[in-house]
Amino acid sequence: MLTRFCRKIRALPFAALLIFASVLPVMAGPFEDAVAKFANDEFTDTDEAIATITTSGNPRAYAIVSALQDGRLSADPDTKKVYITQSDGKNSDASTGAPVASIPDSAAPVRLNNRLRRTVEAALGALTLQSPDPAKRIQAAQSVFKAHDEAMLPAVDSALQKETNKSAKLAFSEARAAILLFKEDATDAEKLEAIGTIKARGDQEALALLVGLSGEQPPAIARAAANATASIQSNLAMWSAVQNAWYGMSLGSVLLLAAIGLAITFGVMGVINMAHGEMVMIGAYVTFVVQETIRTSYPGLFDYSLLIAVPLAFIVAGAIGIVIERSIIRFLYGRPLETLLATWGLSLVLQQAVRTIFGPNNREVGNPSWMSGAFEIGQITITYNRLWILCFTLAVFALLLAMLRYTSLGLEMRAVTQNRRMAASMGIATSRVDALTFGLGSGIAGIAGVALSQIDNVSPNLGQSYIIDSFMVVVFGGVGNLWGTLVGAFTLGIANKFMEPVAGAVLGKIAILVLIIFFIQKRPRGLFALKGRAVEA
Amino acid sequence: MSRRRWLAAGAGLILGLAAFTSAKAADDTIKIGVLHSLSGTMAISETTLKDTILFLIDEQNKKGGVLGKKLEAVVVDPASNWPLFAEKARELITKDKVAVVFGCWTSVSRKSVLPVFKELNNILFYPVQYEGEESERNVFYTGAAPNQQAIPAVDYLMKDEKVKRWVLAGTDYVYPRTTNKILEAYLKSKGVKQDDIMINYTPFGHSDWQTIVADIKKFGSAGKKTAVVSTINGDANVPFYKELGNQGIKATDIPVVAFSVGEEELAGIDTKPLIGHLAAWNYFESIKTPGNEKFIKEWQAYTKNPKRTTNDPMEAHYIGFNMWVKAVEKVKSTDPDKVIDALPGIEAPNLTGGVSKMLPNHHITKPVFIGEIKGNGQFDVVWKTPGLVAGDAWSKELEGSRDLIGDWVGKKCGNYNTKLNKCGGQGS
Repeated sequence: MLTRFCRKIRALPFAALLIFASVLPVMAGPFEDAVAKFANDEFTDTDEAIATITTSGNPRAYAIVSALQDGRLSADPDTKKVYITQSDGKNSDASTGAPVASIPDSAAPVRLNNRLRRTVEAALGALTLQSPDPAKRIQAAQSVFKAHDEAMLPAVDSALQKETNKSAKLAFSEARAAILLFKEDATDAEKLEAIGTIKARGDQEALALLVGLSGEQPPAIARAAANATASIQSNLAMWSAVQNAWYGMSLGSVLLLAAIGLAITFGVMGVINMAHGEMVMIGAYVTFVVQETIRTSYPGLFDYSLLIAVPLAFIVAGAIGIVIERSIIRFLYGRPLETLLATWGLSLVLQQAVRTIFGPNNREVGNPSWMSGAFEIGQITITYNRLWILCFTLAVFALLLAMLRYTSLGLEMRAVTQNRRMAASMGIATSRVDALTFGLGSGIAGIAGVALSQIDNVSPNLGQSYIIDSFMVVVFGGVGNLWGTLVGAFTLGIANKFMEPVAGAVLGKIAILVLIIFFIQKRPRGLFALKGRAVEA
Repeated sequence: MSRRRWLAAGAGLILGLAAFTSAKAADDTIKIGVLHSLSGTMAISETTLKDTILFLIDEQNKKGGVLGKKLEAVVVDPASNWPLFAEKARELITKDKVAVVFGCWTSVSRKSVLPVFKELNNILFYPVQYEGEESERNVFYTGAAPNQQAIPAVDYLMKDEKVKRWVLAGTDYVYPRTTNKILEAYLKSKGVKQDDIMINYTPFGHSDWQTIVADIKKFGSAGKKTAVVSTINGDANVPFYKELGNQGIKATDIPVVAFSVGEEELAGIDTKPLIGHLAAWNYFESIKTPGNEKFIKEWQAYTKNPKRTTNDPMEAHYIGFNMWVKAVEKVKSTDPDKVIDALPGIEAPNLTGGVSKMLPNHHITKPVFIGEIKGNGQFDVVWKTPGLVAGDAWSKELEGSRDLIGDWVGKKCGNYNTKLNKCGGQGS
């Protein structure tokens, strides 16, 4: 990826400049003129200004270019003065660094487009090769690797010699290899060694580099490059299977989270609750309200917003669930068709109610810092929000299981499910247990809403997209069995993700539905059927 | 009095009152139908348009209405239900006797009401960018045709970003499929190879984008500059952009240009990781013209919400509404036949400093802007067409539609075949 900036500075002895940079404070002249160009608000002028400033060797260069990248550089079109807003909120004059009390109102942030953003990245890479912070040096080496510009070779060589940090050293040698690979007059031996280094890196960017190596190459090098490409490709293919499995687990965890509440109301109580998705939606809106309150009153607590939202969502959705059970569903036990219609209507009522209160638009629910971004294992990218949701789902599942197993409410619930009349004769208040069970299922749906607000949009339609999938999971896994729901959710998730790259998202989903239909034909009670007399009751 | 008689009396009273009020209203107001979903999936986008028409009517009434009469809005809710659109349209025209209808968002809802408008001979103003391949006598298309949005956006990426490899990602329905067909033909005519085009469709409301984003990343690492052209619609955009941000795809590596993402959609996302991704529209809220600033100020005052955003389809309604007013004032009548004949050639200012004109094919001229997403949920215009672009009803890129034109002035035909010199052909 060659930028215009790189083309411009190719002719310049870069290493020398970098050494001079720290020694020579440049007075007036081209540097100041270049800085003033930012005030013109023209992309071409900004481009020229960046090129001049980067190669000027002026010690202010790094501050200016990094401020430009973060949108902290503003320019006044009237006075042609350019200002930097420092990260601590103080302002200074860009070309002199002298503090400025305040930036005039007529000044506006200097605008960038994508081409300029790339130029800025490359420029920062050049300016930070010798940075004292190893993380910054690695970043710089990466941007050199991407741009693989010949003019950078001396600078990279000198940086490599001085480098003591192990991973920075690797990054520099990879950057050097990338440059040598595309250098016209590099010897064959150098190029072969470069191919070896890039092959060892083995990721998609390395592949992109090797594939991009075209034109007239000596046969030995072309062969080595082809071999390296093939080996990286087969390596990546293996990783892509691992990646699909991970995506499947992550999708499965979302399905499980949405379905687990339903597994209780539908699976345990036999109530077809079409308003289950709306409980999820209510949970998501609780998260929104919590975050909104935190934003306006206690901004410091933002990272804890989800922890606060989880119990609140459970209580709100659970309470609504109990009200629904007491006012509607308890009159409809044993009449599945009426229950289905009544809860369907209820789901529309809830949706419209939320739409009236919060408006039809999406509401913004932010990710706390510990849920943003991603990390890499080998060649796969794992995003933090998905990882946390997986952990959270498993924790909810374990808690629910423990509750059913070890608490008296759990015992009563199991008793009522297995034989309602017998349980009633033993003195269990079955209608109270019904209400609490329904409340529990709804409350868990509310918790699911908190998690789903992190990956989906918070709108009145949020619940609708999950209700069908949830029923699918519960029916597939086996009605009345939590373990069945767990296995069902992960099976469907993983199957879906392995199908998707082959068949596409639309066909993949259809294929899964067809498979489930066949499966239900074969095993009407799902994966894990309840055995015994209880089922017939 | 028995209960039944009470009921009968009550019903009679209500009927009488209703008849009285509607009879009174019919005398001194002109009725305008508003056919936008206020509930269901599409409410997210369409509710704003309902408010826009109410706002425009309010402004017009402040100026004294039209032909000395006040305007009165008749709002119905087709509830994102396509057959219901047709029913409600019929109700508006036959029962409420509206002079014109402003409405619809999805193409399928427009197709559903078309027969009704033809049969009852009324006027529909359709404000959303769509796939083209249509020109009907009773419909006026104030949104962008593909050559007013998709093609200029691709041109920009090719020229300014030097994009060589293309991902066409869309939601699986008629607008993305037709637009992508047009784009694919266009890209191939510019020498892009089949291997360098990846087409991907997802269901409505798709929320798990991990695989597709990873595929895009893989597709983009073939040593050539890659861009995504997104016709992903509605709700699915938020999780898509969140996944892009999380997997670290930056606009400097693989820019995404979207045709259905505007200020309203961005309101639900933290846009910091999305800085630099693009959208192509005929209007952006951030465009600084006196007309736009006045419109935004009045709109926010009308909705009593100082943060309320504006967007492209709103501007389309603004233009369409003003064109209708001018046409009615020109022929001094709200008779649909007269207004339909008067509309082509009518000019009305748009909010970006130009003057849009209704064309004989019932599309309008519009400028095209490319905007980059900023950190505050607004767009920064980085490119625009030098002048206004005339909307093509029939795409020049597709076999079969290339020779067709819509001309309701000279030829009185929506699909006139210029090769065979006769009316009729595709889409009749």
